[in-house]
Amino acid sequence: MNLQVKEKMDDEKNVTLCIEGEVDVYTAPKLREKLLPLCQEGKTVTVDLSKCVYIDSTGLGVFIGAYKMQRGTDGKLILKGMNSRLLRLFKITGLHEIMKIEESAQEDGQP
Amino acid sequence: MSEQPLDLVNLTIPAKPDYVGIARLTVSGIANRMGFSYDDIEDLKLAVAEACTNAVDHAYCAGEGEIEVSCNIYPNRLVIVVIDRGNSFDVNEVVRRTGPISMESSINSVRERGLGLYLMKTLMDHVDIKGDNGVIVTMTKYIRKDVVESHVEPSTSCRSER
Repeated sequence: MNLQVKEKMDDEKNVTLCIEGEVDVYTAPKLREKLLPLCQEGKTVTVDLSKCVYIDSTGLGVFIGAYKMQRGTDGKLILKGMNSRLLRLFKITGLHEIMKIEESAQEDGQP
Repeated sequence: MSEQPLDLVNLTIPAKPDYVGIARLTVSGIANRMGFSYDDIEDLKLAVAEACTNAVDHAYCAGEGEIEVSCNIYPNRLVIVVIDRGNSFDVNEVVRRTGPISMESSINSVRERGLGLYLMKTLMDHVDIKGDNGVIVTMTKYIRKDVVESHVEPSTSCRSER
């Protein structure tokens, strides 16, 4: 399985990045390439993970890099739409305490 | 506990990012066949991916190489051994530096890599790492019986059509 990253400009200050597929050591560079430049621009970057089925530590690393980058700007980084599996990873690693995560009311795609 | 595994599945992949997904799929298939729960299969996939990712990183320093993934199937557990013959490292030092991210630790000190080993240790029942000649990671996960009771014999007396 592969990774698709789609960028959607909501307005001047808001951009949404939809992630579909798996983020691992092979696909993480693609995500980094898209996400990190956006986080330098002082925008509110929302990452929609509702179609993301797998993340490992390399993927978490990209989000850590993005978080660090946007801290120097007046932008924001928001992660939303995670399934319970992904959310568990953020909780285990402690990342949920430092990053802004919008928990979805309805979890889709979880057996 | 030096019993022989029931079955052994060996996989050798090039130490490149492209092939880590193959190791993940293999382990997923084996764990599924063994009757692991959905969550445990996801844990196994992640743990083997982390071990392979580390191996890929070492191989990248050295140039090229292969990763051996050996899945030892026992009645009650899966033991996965991931071996790379690249540069070994000071295992104790790396283990000491890994852990979850906490509010106290400044975000600047959080490294973008280094969560992998912590995740492996958290998600598996037992992880052993040896780093003398290349790196050998041995990970064990037990099948939880309380979750996998799908083969209960139906009793004839209380058999219901519903």
